[in-house]
Amino acid sequence: MKAPEPLDRALDLTAAIGRAAILVLRGAGAVALFAAEAISHLLRPPFYGRLFLKAFIEIAWFSLPVVALTAVFTGMVLALQSYTGFARFNAEGAVANVVVLSITRELGPVLAGLMVAGRIGAAFAAEIGTMRVTDQIDALNTLSTNPMKYLVAPRLLAGTIAMPLLVVIADILGVMGGWLIGTQQLGFSSGAYLKATFDFLEAWDVISGLIKAAVFGFVVTLMGCWCGYQSGGGAQGVGRATTSAVVSSSILILALDYVLTAMMFTR
Amino acid sequence: MSGAGVPKIRLRGLAKSFGPKVVLDGVDLDIRAGHSMVILGGSGSGKSVTIKCILGLITPDAGTIEIDGRDVAKLSRREREAVNDRIGMLFQNGALFDSLPVWENVCFKLLAQRRITRRAARDKAAEVLAQVGLAASVSDLYPSELSGGMQKRVGLARAIAAEPDIIFFDEPTTGLDPIMGAVIDGLIVDCVKRLGATAVSITHDMASARRIGDDAAMIHRGKIVWTGAAATLGETGNAMVDQFARGEREGPIQMELRK
Ligand SMILES: Nc1ncnc2c1ncn2[C@@H]1O[C@H](COP(=O)(O)OP(=O)(O)OP(=O)(O)O)[C@@H](O)[C@H]1O
Ligand SMILES: [Mg+2]
Repeated sequence: MKAPEPLDRALDLTAAIGRAAILVLRGAGAVALFAAEAISHLLRPPFYGRLFLKAFIEIAWFSLPVVALTAVFTGMVLALQSYTGFARFNAEGAVANVVVLSITRELGPVLAGLMVAGRIGAAFAAEIGTMRVTDQIDALNTLSTNPMKYLVAPRLLAGTIAMPLLVVIADILGVMGGWLIGTQQLGFSSGAYLKATFDFLEAWDVISGLIKAAVFGFVVTLMGCWCGYQSGGGAQGVGRATTSAVVSSSILILALDYVLTAMMFTR
Repeated sequence: MSGAGVPKIRLRGLAKSFGPKVVLDGVDLDIRAGHSMVILGGSGSGKSVTIKCILGLITPDAGTIEIDGRDVAKLSRREREAVNDRIGMLFQNGALFDSLPVWENVCFKLLAQRRITRRAARDKAAEVLAQVGLAASVSDLYPSELSGGMQKRVGLARAIAAEPDIIFFDEPTTGLDPIMGAVIDGLIVDCVKRLGATAVSITHDMASARRIGDDAAMIHRGKIVWTGAAATLGETGNAMVDQFARGEREGPIQMELRK
């Protein structure tokens, strides 16, 4: 006996959703195991300080221009938008507060995270993926070197430490961008703008943003390394790994941003 | 095969499939300690896969691998790493680290095992490079700046620099000119004689196989179909091996491909 057509289709759909869910869960489990192994290598020698430093410079120093530009323009736009928007209910005075709170709590870590995902997630996935498809990862195994310890652990550590530093700079530059527009275009006096900025700012606003940044740094480097490590199938496989590293870490950043915000700001 | 006691490497019933494709279908092979074994077989017959199984880079579906009489599947991770510390491998495509200069590639294992300082590594690299016919001036180049044959020789230098007990050479002379090929053959023989190493080489070059091999084995359709002395290659009396060794179009292997 055949089920009627609509029911059939509905069942198909449920099955497809179920399959997708299983796939996602299995993937998440595999990534979690991968991360756990990498972290365990951070606790046991040998440590690769040289590789950590290289990854750190790559992430912190070479991402600086992109992150800085993003921060300055975001601060400028925020100032403009909130001024014109708030003018409708005579709250223009809140511009400085809005800029500093949005930047430190939200936009600094998220935008820096997305920029670093594009730069670093992609670069790590491509580099490690190429090493995978050209047997270099196998070669590490035959040369008394654990590839997780050598390739993944230093990068994860570097990402987790470098991102908060980048975001501190993004915070400062974002506020400066707002100040620039505030004083040059919106008629605030420099002193008043800065006073308003710092009067209502709490340490937790900045710290919560830095915690987010550390998590995002970990996630971006983790997904970059994971996708590269799993890649196969030659140049095409490496291309796919790069794409999925950027896409998955971007989505994870936005999703985790919600989770972290909910955890840190709802009491 | 004669030989004192336990073989260095013993494979029994080694099987490996990739999806529906059966690559190894019960490989049995003994490799004598301190001898040089040559593995022959058509392209895609699973020679590289066999070696990668022995190295632990691919997990076989079935079968046992014993090194020095110990089943490697039963070793702890640390013991397995200790076994691998004594093994050198030349990958078919070189697999050089393209983010490192040649000298760091060559001395990678010595540096990883902290048997050498970075300063001493440069001298050591120059010494090993000289053995494979490369000038010390290539030390500071990166792998992408080398020709294919030079990459192969750097890979070879990397495989032997730590003076391992067991060395695998996956097509050591492919892509080299004939004279350099003969030099590399001599080097492999030297590793076995001087270091007392056990060598396993994959090659398609019969002259080279006779020069470097004590023993030879032929793999076909996932099984070892013949083992014997390498010197007899070409007149073994086994139709399949002789056809392969002489590179003839007509013979049992051709017939099977036609089916
Ligand atoms: N990682 C892998 N995934 C899927 N199939 C594989 C993989 N590695 C090897 N194979 C398949 O296994 C078979 C044997 O491969 P292998 O590299 O061992 O051949 P080979 O005997 O070394 O050949 P050649 O002389 O051309 O190097 C091939 O058909 C190949 O397609
Ligand atoms: Mg091969």
